[in-house]
Amino acid sequence: MFKLHHFHGGMHLDGHKAESLGSGLKQASLPERLLLPLKQHIGEYNKPLVDVGNRVLKGHMIAASSSLFCASVHAPTSGIISAIEDYPIAHPSGQSDICIVIDVDGKDEAAEPVIVDPRQLSANEMIDLICRAGIVGLGGAVFPTSPKLSRGKAQGIDTLIINGVECEPYITCDDILMRNQAAEVIRGTGYLQHILKPGKTLIAIEDNKPEAIAAMSKALVATPLASTEIISIPTIYPSGGEKQLIQILTGKQVPHGQLAFDIGLYCQNVGTCVAITRALEFDQPMISRVVTISGDNISEPGNWEVRLGTPISHLVELAGGYSHGTSGHLVMGGPMMGFSLSTDRIPIVKASNSIMVMLRETIPQAPGYHDECIRCSKCTEVCPAQLLPQQLYWHARAKAYESTQEFHLFDCIECGCCSAVCPSQIPLVQYYRAAKSEIRAAQKAQLKSDRARIRFEFREKRLLLKKQKDDERRRLKREALKKKHAKPGDAAALADPVQAALDRVKARKKSLQDDSQ
Amino acid sequence: MILAILTISLMAGLFGLILGYAAIRFKVEGNPVVEQIDALLPQTQCGQCTYAGCRPYAEAIANGEAPINQCPPGGQATIVALAGLLDTEVLELNAEHGEHLNVPLVAVIDEQTCIGCTLCIQACPVDAILGASKHMHTVIAEECTGCKLCLPPCPVDCIDMVPEQQTIDDWKWSVPSDPLKAVQDV
Repeated sequence: MFKLHHFHGGMHLDGHKAESLGSGLKQASLPERLLLPLKQHIGEYNKPLVDVGNRVLKGHMIAASSSLFCASVHAPTSGIISAIEDYPIAHPSGQSDICIVIDVDGKDEAAEPVIVDPRQLSANEMIDLICRAGIVGLGGAVFPTSPKLSRGKAQGIDTLIINGVECEPYITCDDILMRNQAAEVIRGTGYLQHILKPGKTLIAIEDNKPEAIAAMSKALVATPLASTEIISIPTIYPSGGEKQLIQILTGKQVPHGQLAFDIGLYCQNVGTCVAITRALEFDQPMISRVVTISGDNISEPGNWEVRLGTPISHLVELAGGYSHGTSGHLVMGGPMMGFSLSTDRIPIVKASNSIMVMLRETIPQAPGYHDECIRCSKCTEVCPAQLLPQQLYWHARAKAYESTQEFHLFDCIECGCCSAVCPSQIPLVQYYRAAKSEIRAAQKAQLKSDRARIRFEFREKRLLLKKQKDDERRRLKREALKKKHAKPGDAAALADPVQAALDRVKARKKSLQDDSQ
Repeated sequence: MILAILTISLMAGLFGLILGYAAIRFKVEGNPVVEQIDALLPQTQCGQCTYAGCRPYAEAIANGEAPINQCPPGGQATIVALAGLLDTEVLELNAEHGEHLNVPLVAVIDEQTCIGCTLCIQACPVDAILGASKHMHTVIAEECTGCKLCLPPCPVDCIDMVPEQQTIDDWKWSVPSDPLKAVQDV
């Protein structure tokens, strides 16, 4: 029996998972047009590789960057590029960002795939293919997978953890994915093992997903992998967080300021495993993902495999429309960590695991006034990162950002437990997020001012050097002039060329005067 | 009496020698306070403080010649940081020197109008303008500190200061409304 550990705090939440699990995994139809944001990952911006008017085929790379920390974007279907401009995207700011718009032609014509046998590939070739397929971690952070794999490979991995926990309420996309595509998850895990060569592999699934566990066990029997185990873990939020899951499975804590690699661990989501399988076996880039649509204002909650760039409104139509007429309150992600969306024209992106359609505002867009902290310390009891949320709150509210860092603000995973239990309904996580963005902005400004200082000092040095050189040149010229005039043996020229010139002028004036007289 | 004078003189001489040696052996290059102050200043090199750059202003502050509230680009945050470093009172920004802008400015050259005179290149304190004589000039936006020093020398007035372009990554979460203010409002 595998020994499980506990992490500090956490909460037992109402799952609300049954609503969207009833109808299985459905394929979403193609909308009229797709909106693909240039940046759907954490890292640098992509540059568009296509122009307005170009025809693209399914799987064509349409945006990429030379940066390592980048995931390229591919055309999810065939069509014509009709615009490259700003559209509202899924972001907590509600702002617009640059998107490539594809007018779908409905033919769904694919580019000819180059199929190679993945068993013939070396680890580095696999990482290359994963990079070209634009794969990002689908667990929520959307971190590009290829640099993560390169680093994991370089540092050496002891345990590979496949994360099928999915602890947040309402979201069932990974559950459905494991039930329907278990074989692909297992094969993807095999490719990760080939790249990382871990000592052992643990596939973690919460015990509220017995069907997924059964399907995965069956697939693992059909395709056996060396020293791989499927672990059923107790249902508690947020057990799907990387650091929490690591603690449950290994009892180890990721030290402050370090990453899972640093203690020989590597986590990857089950959805990412499927994407890796498709990239390596069928040369299919990341062009679709499984999305849960659920909530109390949607007629038929369920899970759909959706092409990236599909507007949410199209998905809502597929799910039978809004059950109470109006769009109500839209949230991307779950009720704990998700954020509000301003409109249903926003497209599905690589990060969109779930769309919640709620009648009321479950996550207020701009929290109003809240009550004062009564120091009950419930937040401290539930904090899975073992922080002191109350202290962080005081410092964040006082804008004492240095002190928040002393209380390890950046170890906060923004799981929302503290806000959920707060009897004064203080939007604690929002205080932390605001503090984090202020600190990041200050760090960015500091970097810029450091660079300006270097450039300023360099310029001062350069100007000084130039002045010295000029002075030196003038001096040499003067000396050369002196020598030149000295040659004929003219004593006056040798003494001072300026004086000689003045003398000449005087002499000429005098002769002119003499002439006039 | 004489013995006491001799002893004291001898000791004074000895300590003098030790101090003299220490002064040479442990000599500190430059003024470390100036370095620390300079590190807190925003390095726009704009001269709005009436000094010829951030470092001269830092030197003036260190010598007690200038108050800490003359830096508009740094704004209140810089004043608070300086007050913390020097353990002095936090002052309000002196409005005579200018206004603090939340979004930094960046210079943009109107390429149609530029005559390629190189005067702005010579004025730029951080070498952020690129160009050559009788060739069009352009500003390297990432390096521009928004100091406006390139504006006065331009003979054709073709440089504009525009707010720095903000990407979606620069967006900041807002701080929730303060509960104390709610009480005051009631």
